[in-house]
Order: sequence, then C-alpha cells, then structure tokens
Amino acid sequence: MQETQYLIVGASHAALSALQAIRMQDAEGSVTVVTRDDALPYSPTVLPYVVSGRSAPERVALKDGAWFEQNRVGFIRGAAVTSVDAAAKRAKLSSGEEIAYAKLLLATGAAPILPPIPGLKDVKFHVLRSLDDAVKLNQALPNTKQAVVLGAGLVGMHAAENLAKAGAQVTVVEMQPRVLAGYFDAEASAIIEAAFAAKGIQLMLGAKVSRLETAGQGARVTTDKGAALDADLLLVAAGVAPVTDYLAGSGVAVERGVLVDDTMRASAEGIWAAGDVAQAKGFYDEAKILNGILPSAVEQGRIAGMAMAGDPALKPWPGGVPLNTYTFFGQQAVSVGSQDAGEVVRKEADAKHYLKIVMRDNRLTGIFGINVPFDPGVMWELILRRIDLSSVREAFIAEPQKTARTIMSRTWR
Amino acid sequence: MGAYNTISFKPEHCDGCNACMTACATAKAGSDDVVNSRIQIVADGDAFELAMCRQCGDPKCVSNCPAAALAKDGADGVIDWDGSKCVNCLLCTVGCAFGGIVYNAAAGHVVKCDTCDGDPACVKACDRGALKYLTTAHIYNEVGDLEDLFVPGLAGCQGCNTELIMRHTMRRIGPDTVLATPPGCIPGMGSVGYNGLTGTKVPVFHPLLTNTASMLTGIKRHYKRQGREVNAVALAGDGGTADVGFQSLSGAAERGEQILFICVDNEGYMNTGMQRSGCTPFGAWTSTTPVGERGKGKTQDAKNLPLLMMMHNCEYVATASTAFMEDLYDKLDRAIEASKRGFSYLHIYSPCTTGWRFPSAENIEVARKAVETNFVMLWEFNPTDGLRLSRSLDEPRPIDEYLEALGKYRHLEPDQVGHIEATLRKNVEQIRGLAGG
Repeated sequence: MQETQYLIVGASHAALSALQAIRMQDAEGSVTVVTRDDALPYSPTVLPYVVSGRSAPERVALKDGAWFEQNRVGFIRGAAVTSVDAAAKRAKLSSGEEIAYAKLLLATGAAPILPPIPGLKDVKFHVLRSLDDAVKLNQALPNTKQAVVLGAGLVGMHAAENLAKAGAQVTVVEMQPRVLAGYFDAEASAIIEAAFAAKGIQLMLGAKVSRLETAGQGARVTTDKGAALDADLLLVAAGVAPVTDYLAGSGVAVERGVLVDDTMRASAEGIWAAGDVAQAKGFYDEAKILNGILPSAVEQGRIAGMAMAGDPALKPWPGGVPLNTYTFFGQQAVSVGSQDAGEVVRKEADAKHYLKIVMRDNRLTGIFGINVPFDPGVMWELILRRIDLSSVREAFIAEPQKTARTIMSRTWR
Repeated sequence: MGAYNTISFKPEHCDGCNACMTACATAKAGSDDVVNSRIQIVADGDAFELAMCRQCGDPKCVSNCPAAALAKDGADGVIDWDGSKCVNCLLCTVGCAFGGIVYNAAAGHVVKCDTCDGDPACVKACDRGALKYLTTAHIYNEVGDLEDLFVPGLAGCQGCNTELIMRHTMRRIGPDTVLATPPGCIPGMGSVGYNGLTGTKVPVFHPLLTNTASMLTGIKRHYKRQGREVNAVALAGDGGTADVGFQSLSGAAERGEQILFICVDNEGYMNTGMQRSGCTPFGAWTSTTPVGERGKGKTQDAKNLPLLMMMHNCEYVATASTAFMEDLYDKLDRAIEASKRGFSYLHIYSPCTTGWRFPSAENIEVARKAVETNFVMLWEFNPTDGLRLSRSLDEPRPIDEYLEALGKYRHLEPDQVGHIEATLRKNVEQIRGLAGG
C-alpha cells in the first residue's frame, strides 16, 4: 500500500495553495495529490471562457507536470477518492488502490446541483463544472439556435452571454426575482439585466421550471407560469454543492460542507478541508457558511497547508467575506462584503453606473459597484482589519478608491 | 531565486508633481492622462501615498488567477501578465491589497507595473529623489554564493558594524589570502581564534599594533618569491592605522608594497575601553577625553587619514561606508585589483554602537547620516585620475541630524557645534578642491 505524509484530494486552487504552503515549511515530506479529473489542474472559474473559445483548453493549466516534479509531489489523475477511513488514516481510490496518509486535505470542491424537476433525468442537458463539460458546451455552440439556461448565477449568466454571442436565441429561467441575487441588490441587478435584454437575451425571473421533456433533438421546458420553451441546448446552472459523498461513514462531520475550525481542521484527527467543500466561519457572524469563491479557496488552502505542515507563522481564518467580480458585455461589476451587515451610507445608480457603500460603526462592511473603479483587494482588507474610518468617513464615502488607497499606503505599506 | 531589484518610494521627498505618472502613462499607454499610469501617487493634503504593484514574493494576484495569466518571473522577480491567457475576470484585483493591478478602461484589461524591463520610466522622471530603483539585490545574489571566511558567532557587540565589514570584504577578497588583524576589535571579536583554532578559514596572524604593514610586506614578498599569488590583507582599526601603526603603514605605502590595507574606522580604541585616537573627531566623548566640569570631549580635530594616504600616491585610495554597499563593493573590487600592482588603501567608516552611544539597531542609519551630512565624504583616488567624488557633496542634510543621533556628542555646547561646522566646511572645500570643483 502506498504511504504518504500529506495526501491532498483535489487539484484546484485550494489544493495548489495548500501544496505551496506545505512546501514552504516542509521541503522533504512526501506529498500526493489525487484528482478525479484527467486534466492538469485548472480552475472552474476559467470554464466559461473555455466555452466561449477565449481560452484554449490546453492553455488553462494552472500547473504542469514539471511543476509537480520540481516540488517532488506525486500527482495521480483520473482517480476519485471513494472512501476515507479516518481512524485507520487511509483513503480508497476509484481504482481500488488504498493510500495510507499521516495528514489529509479534502479539497474536492463542489458539483452542480440538479434540481428536482420532473423529467430532468430523461432529457439531454449540460452542466458546467469540469473542463470536459466546458469543451462539450463549446462544441455545441455552433449548432445551437435556441438555448435555455436554468439559473441566473455567475455560471448561468456567463454561459448565457457566450451562447448569445455565438448567435443563439437564449432564455434564462431563474427562481429569484433578479439575476445574481447572491451578490447584488435589485438596482445593481437591473443594470445587468438591461445589458442582457439589450442583447436579446430573455430573462424569465421569478419563474420555476415545472416540467422537462424531450422534443426532437432537444428539450421542451415548461415553466410554472405556463410558458413553453424549446431548446436544442439546455444548461442546468442551478448552483453547486460541496462534494462530500465519499465521506459517508468516515467519521468526518459534514453539514452542508465539511465543518472546519479556524485552521481548516475537520472533526476527525489528521484531516483538514479547504475551498468550496469546506464550511468555515463567516466573517460577519460566527455561523459556519459555505463561501464557494476562488479567493476564499486560495486563503483556506494556504491556512490548511500551513496547519498541516506545522508552520508557526499560521494566522487563523478571519472568516469568509462574500465577494466576487463579474464582467459582462465589457462591463465590470464588483461585489465585496455583505449587503446587510450595516447601513447604506451611499447609493447611486444610473443606466450604466452603480455604487453602494455599507458601513457599521464607521467601519466598512460592504462595497458594490458597476463600472465604478475601486480596488476590491484593498476594500477586502479594510473590512477584514475592521479599520475605523471615522476620521476619514466623509472622504471615504465621497472618494472610496482614493481614500482607501491612502489608508492602505499608510497602514500596510 | 535571490533578491530582486525594486522601485522604492520615499513619501517625504514627494511633492506631488505627478511627473512619474505622466512618464508611466506615456511609456505604457502613449497617453499623458495619468489615469493610465501604473504608478498612482495619491495626494492627501500635503502628504503623498503610493498605489502600485509591489511585485510580492507570494503574490495573491497570481494565486487568484483562474487562467494562469499571471506568473512571477523567478529571474527578475517581476509578476508578468500574459494578455493571451487573461480572461478579464478581475479576480487578481480582489487578491491585491495594494491597488497594484487594476482594470484600465482604455486598454480594456487589467494593467500593472512591469518595471519597464529594469529601466523604470517613473524613476527617471522623478527629480525629487522620491522614487529610486534599488539595484543592490545583485550584491546579495552574488555575495550569497561566496564562501564566508569567518567562523559563525563572532563575539562582537550587539549591532556591530565591523562584523559586517569583515564578512563582506573577506567573502569578496576570497580564500587565497593571508590576513593580518592587529590588536583591536577585530581580533577581539575572535578573528585570531581561541585554543589554537583560528576564527577564519584563511591563515590569519596577530601582528603588533606597530608592525602590521611591515609583516605583511615580508609575507607578500615571501610568497612572490615562491611564485604564489596570495592576497596580503590587513583589517585594522583606526588606532592601529592612524597612530601607532602609521610608521610601518607609511613606509609600505611609499615603497608601493602589493598590499590591501583596510582601515575600519570607528574613531577610537573601542575594544580596550573607548580611548581617543588620532581619528576621534573634535568634541567627541571618549574615556580619555571625558565630559565633566571642565572636560567637554576631545579638543583636537581628527587627522584625515585617507587624505594622508592619498598623499603617498598609492595605487588606490578610497573611502567607503556600509550605508552605501554598492559603492563599497565597487571600491573593494578596484582595491583588490590595485593591490596586485601596488599599495591599496580602503578606509571604511564604521559607527560603534557601544563607544558612540546609540541604539544597536541604528548602525546603518548613523552611517547613512554621516555621509548625507558630509561629515564623511565618499571619494576615491588613483594616480592617473586623481581624486574623484563618489557622491555629490551638494545639498547636505544639517549636521545636527548626525550629532543628535550620537550619545558621544550629547554634551556639545553651541561653540563646539560651531567649531565642528567650521571644520566640516573646511574639509568639504578641501575635498572639493582636490576633486577639481
């Protein structure tokens, strides 16, 4: 049986970040990375651009084989972990092989949620989470005349834009009353919705799919409002959920994701989790949340790697802050922080611009913009450091980018 | 991977002229609109702050990139952006806590500083001294690979500058060396070793204070007769050089012996209890120029030892400071080379935390202030070119900044400060005259 000091399951941002942190502290300990994917490590975030053809599938690898060799890391592709025995410290692979580990990192990410829609299992549909999914969607683009996207989250919206650019008639069906409800309020979403409408994309908001059935080469989509849509391409983008099925009976506590403490340690001895699979403390209250975004995966991976390797410089997880960037039809939307953890101190919106600042006790809790420049990384740091802005409150509200840069330059120069 | 060159910003020298931003926007976007500049000076009243790429060692923009479009170049340390891979997702801007990578509407993608391939336009445009391109990294990279010729754990005082000088100079001079360390801080620290073991990895000996240059002369001539190329090097204090050691030094210089003589000048006999030497400046407290009811420190000026050596018409004479390491290394290289042809003399100013009475963490700052106030002047000499300044003497900082940093001048009265200022003016004019203006 193969033995390894560090076993990392998954090979995307959290896994790679952990691996780098481990090697910073422990240059010698054996490391093995196992991923269910056949491809070199890639980011799920790049997939919409593989769909559009902007990124060639062979150019999206975050690391290549030489990198793994250079870091003396065993890299096993195309093998999923099917079960974990936390007591015996062993993981079983889909190949039947078993690996004994001293320390295990679960970075298995998330997988598309398939909503309980009658008929879904009987129709042909796409999802977008793996490189294979993206390549298949990209290949389907030229032959797509009518597309229906279920879900107006980031994946659904990116796909809808690309399908429309490829010449398809696109309809997005979303249960929420607005698009990207996780990141933007109604006014901000309205700007995004208008841009989509202007490109001829139909947004059916506040609507539910009641039935799916095969129609010709495609599918017929019936909504609860009685509309019937014919689609030669159906994309299900109803969100994702942590991949934890292999942990059944392992002794690792799982709620919605793998429950972790502030050093990404799971409930079982010798096991850590990071990235989309982990359920860690939120920043605004102590409740453990899923915060499946790339920057969180990078940070959590780094913390987990440092904890696993015993790096004394480890600082605990400060808590997940929801944040994201979204570019659509050449426009930029940025969302940093919580919409409702404080009071709105500035809000303005016109057809193409939007800015909202939320503060509590003179501290920034959230800032949201469309086509308004500010530095999201600096804002994130202002939030995490809970910097008291009372002496510059008016200046910050008037000129957030400039004022935040001044504070940055003085505080963490 | 080693150390990298970097752009440094000193806000206290910035007056917000924005020339750097205009230069950057012109160089990178062919536009004079500062919004296109990758260096952003942020005005806050009279103060100026900076937002630009720090070329981080562990760059979060790179970790946050889903498209492998950002990568840190291991050779020059610059984080490179690959436009053919970038997908415009802006997640790099979430990772950067410095405002160093931002979306540029005119370009239609993120932009960041690339240091203009090691020749940054912003730095060239700054005539206020606020922006500098620091290239000292090459010293670390080169010297880091050279062998340290002293044992670890020398017994110097905390914050001692001399240990730095010993290790740096000997690394560069190399192992084919016979080293003389006359009585002073350097053998006191352990260069000659204990219990029959030496503190160096080269042959080292402990001459008398009086005969260092004579003994080195004999050793060098002996090896020459044997046909061996060996560096004959002295690492001596200012007492052993300027006072008791001067007769043999002057003789060897006059004869043109092929010796490299390095004087580590800490302005006194510091390891024997901080007595005054011929190099102790006017007004300085030492244990033999005490401060009390009548005494007010030394009542004579220091002799200008490097100038005396220049008058011997040596093959090479230079002054150096550990606050200006690039300059020191350049001079060390020339001094080593010159010692193969004749007498080579390097005078390195070395502030003494214990004897000068300042906090041990401030040694390099004190050395820097000495130079920036012109108290110490950096120059070099060879018989062909004469004396040349290594650093401009124009626009010195006020001498008070130097005097106030040191406990040995704490007692100074206004007339003493006046004397020091007059001597300083005279010394500066003298060196200016020798440098031909």
